[in-house]
Amino acid sequence: MITLTIDNKTVEVVKGSTVLEAAKKLKIDIPTLCYDSRMKPHGACRLCIVEIEGMRRPVTSCTTPAEQGMAVTTTSAHLERLRKTTVELLLSDHPNDCMVCIRAGSCTLQELAYKYGIRENRFGGAMRDHNRVDENPFIMREQNKCVLCGLCVRVCEEVQGVSAIGYAGRGFEAKICSPFEHDLNCEFCGQCVSVCPTGALSAKMWAGHPRHEGVELTETTCTYCGCGCNITLHSLGNEITRVSSRTDNHNRGWLCVKGRFGYEFINSEDRLTTPLIRREKGGALEPASWEEAISLVVDKFSAIKEKHGADALGGLASARCTNEENYMFQKLFRSAIGTNNVDHCARY
Amino acid sequence: MNREITVNVCMGTGGIAAGGEQVMKALKQEFEAAGIKNAKIMENCKLHKVGCRGFCARDVLVDVTIDGETSTYQYIEEKMVKRLVQDHVVGGKPITEWLVGDDYHTFHEKQTKIVLHDLGKIDPESIDEYLGVDGYKAAQKVVAEMTPEEVIKTIKDSGLRGRGGGGFPAGVKWAFCAANESDQRYIICNADEGDPGAFMDRSVIEGNPHAVIEGMIIGAYAIGSSLGYVYIRAEYPLAVDRLHTALNAARERGYLGEKLFGTDFNFDIKVKLGAGAFVCGEETALIASIEGERGMPRAKPPFPANKGLWGKPTIINNVETFANVPPIINKGADWFASIGSEKSKGTKVIALTGKIRNTGLIEIPMGMTLKEIIYDIGGGIEGDKLFKAVQTGGPSGGCIPQQYIDLPVHYEGLQSVGSMMGSGGMVVLDETDCMVAIAKFFLTFTQEESCGKCVPCRIGTKRLLEILTRITEGEGRKGDIELLQQLAEDVRDSSLCGLGMSAPNPVISTIKYFRHEYEAHINQKKCPSKTCNKLLTFFIREHQCVGCGMCIRACAVNAITGEKKQPHHIDQDKCIKCGSCFDACKFNAVLKE
Repeated sequence: MITLTIDNKTVEVVKGSTVLEAAKKLKIDIPTLCYDSRMKPHGACRLCIVEIEGMRRPVTSCTTPAEQGMAVTTTSAHLERLRKTTVELLLSDHPNDCMVCIRAGSCTLQELAYKYGIRENRFGGAMRDHNRVDENPFIMREQNKCVLCGLCVRVCEEVQGVSAIGYAGRGFEAKICSPFEHDLNCEFCGQCVSVCPTGALSAKMWAGHPRHEGVELTETTCTYCGCGCNITLHSLGNEITRVSSRTDNHNRGWLCVKGRFGYEFINSEDRLTTPLIRREKGGALEPASWEEAISLVVDKFSAIKEKHGADALGGLASARCTNEENYMFQKLFRSAIGTNNVDHCARY
Repeated sequence: MNREITVNVCMGTGGIAAGGEQVMKALKQEFEAAGIKNAKIMENCKLHKVGCRGFCARDVLVDVTIDGETSTYQYIEEKMVKRLVQDHVVGGKPITEWLVGDDYHTFHEKQTKIVLHDLGKIDPESIDEYLGVDGYKAAQKVVAEMTPEEVIKTIKDSGLRGRGGGGFPAGVKWAFCAANESDQRYIICNADEGDPGAFMDRSVIEGNPHAVIEGMIIGAYAIGSSLGYVYIRAEYPLAVDRLHTALNAARERGYLGEKLFGTDFNFDIKVKLGAGAFVCGEETALIASIEGERGMPRAKPPFPANKGLWGKPTIINNVETFANVPPIINKGADWFASIGSEKSKGTKVIALTGKIRNTGLIEIPMGMTLKEIIYDIGGGIEGDKLFKAVQTGGPSGGCIPQQYIDLPVHYEGLQSVGSMMGSGGMVVLDETDCMVAIAKFFLTFTQEESCGKCVPCRIGTKRLLEILTRITEGEGRKGDIELLQQLAEDVRDSSLCGLGMSAPNPVISTIKYFRHEYEAHINQKKCPSKTCNKLLTFFIREHQCVGCGMCIRACAVNAITGEKKQPHHIDQDKCIKCGSCFDACKFNAVLKE
């Protein structure tokens, strides 16, 4: 363990921790924009700078390893001046359209602008023009709002293992794009959307729905597969408008394309809400009650078993079921029906 | 008559650019032609390809040595070769009007050459010639007779500091790296020289590549590394070629590869070409580039000596630093420490450019004053104009005004006046240089070369440049100087890497020493140096105009009118202030104010 002091408070952290992690342990708030504890530190936004005794100049706390006996100061007139200038510079190259931005209210840059009270900007000047037509079904890109925090690049490489996102250009014209500006080779998992601190990346299907007003949040579990990722449904009345996932759950906020974007079936008119039974040969499928449907299956299964034996029956379970559900399923087939003919779709 | 004849032709990049290859070819032809008449001359005649000797302004330089008598010729062109061979080589009479003057000798006499010692004397493509000047003796001594600790102690005692800009003591850095437990350590030579106007590292690799390789072998032995890299710009094709030639020759002789000098020490060097990004000269960006990542710097700490290439302890030193190592081993730490000043030992190679008579590559003992460099070695200001300032350290450095002309040039001296040693660029400015425009020039460069990773550098340098641009265009606002100062300080203090930290230096130093020029641009809308065209008005002085029409032809917007042999006139509404008429007029009739 390592002991250091931050703002005159002593804290003990494991070796290998960063100064920022140590500060978090003390519940000291240091502003960040490019930091995400789930990824490697980047040190680009320069907001988490701190002063450390014996170091010539401020260093970023997210990248600096904590060391025994370090004396850290997280706030001073000088640090706050530098942070304010950084936010002001970011805003000088950022569209001033928070009113209509899909991220308003959940935008880190907006919060920083508010925190530092930046009403007027000393650095008006040229702004980037990188918005381009981008045809993909899921992700909305507004590159003029990009702060180049690199979170999308890192999540795609470190978490998703896809590396569909990279950088191009230098200086003021540096931008986020597919590597070498080739065609996008993307899984559309939307991890990048989930980590973007501004309105640069959002989901196309979020557009047109309320951002916060009247939106109800419901914690639940994704039903797409046995992983059981925790998700948060954003709903307005009976309509699901967005799916997100909290970072403090077992899936750490990461979802796949289905979990994050595959929610439209819930409000789909084509969705089955009751069992259907074809009562006459050649007739149409008609809605039925669960009791009626289950009774029918029981009757038919019993008849088959009586006539042809239990091994004439077999069960194929879905990957969307949990382990517990699959356990129950094989129990049903082995104990109740009496056959080992049981399998799972994920084997195919 | 059996005379000993040697002809040396300057074939560095400067020499080749000035026509060295044509001169060489013509020499061969002329010797052949002369050889038909007198075959004995051909027999002893040796055409010798040598590297840069520093005095690029006088290229192509040719030494003709006959029986130990050397005559050095300057500005030699292909068409002059015939007479040179006929009169001097055949006729035995040196052509006095083509010989270099006294200033050529002053240029060299004032210098102390360690790194450049053998440049221009040995053939960089011949390992035997390097061996002839005690080459690889130091590496052999180190590997066969010394412990790594002894090597590090020698380098520490010598006081050698990093020549790439930082000035960090090399021996201390090596010791840090060696102290890390690791299965592999790497040693990297940073040859990604990118400062505008800098050609020190290029010349050293082009002129004496083996010295750099030998320095790397010694460093590798000291830190316990079996693999080194030279990261060199692809835009240096001649240096890259000569480096490869040297590496292959060293491998053939067993100076690289396995079991060096008959010991168990293995070491080899790979060459990695840079794609021309200035920021890749920053050590962490350079490491990222070698790893195949985009050349973006990483935050320090951890420092490369602890966690560098592929996460392993890594030493990165500049070309010149490595080239200093073999002489230190050969002649001893005390010898090296006896040269230079108290805290800056040894010499510094400087690329001397700008408004100066003798531009070129020089090597001075640390502590020599600016005055000695500019007036004694450099021969003073071109065209007898007034000295205004000297910009040191490239785009990362600052401008030093006249009042500090007696300042000693070493790390502390330059830092004390807000500039830096950097990699050793020195641009001399005269009274016609506008300091706001100079700051703008360097910011244009750094702004374009920023990698874009961190906010202060990416957007901050852009905003600095925008403010400077509007000042030079007459759009400067009250408060702009203060705004520039504040932003420059903030960019300096909060940027991620050395590029952003030092990019504001030209702004900070010019405001510090030449604030009045900024004020004149903003308040009076005047450029005191008459450089910023948008702030100038062009007139034709009637009594001096001969009506030749040159300005009319030069004007792209037809703003000038006038009959032949009658005074011309500029229509101020049409004039775009490009300055073409001023340049075109041979009678000083165009006035700019």
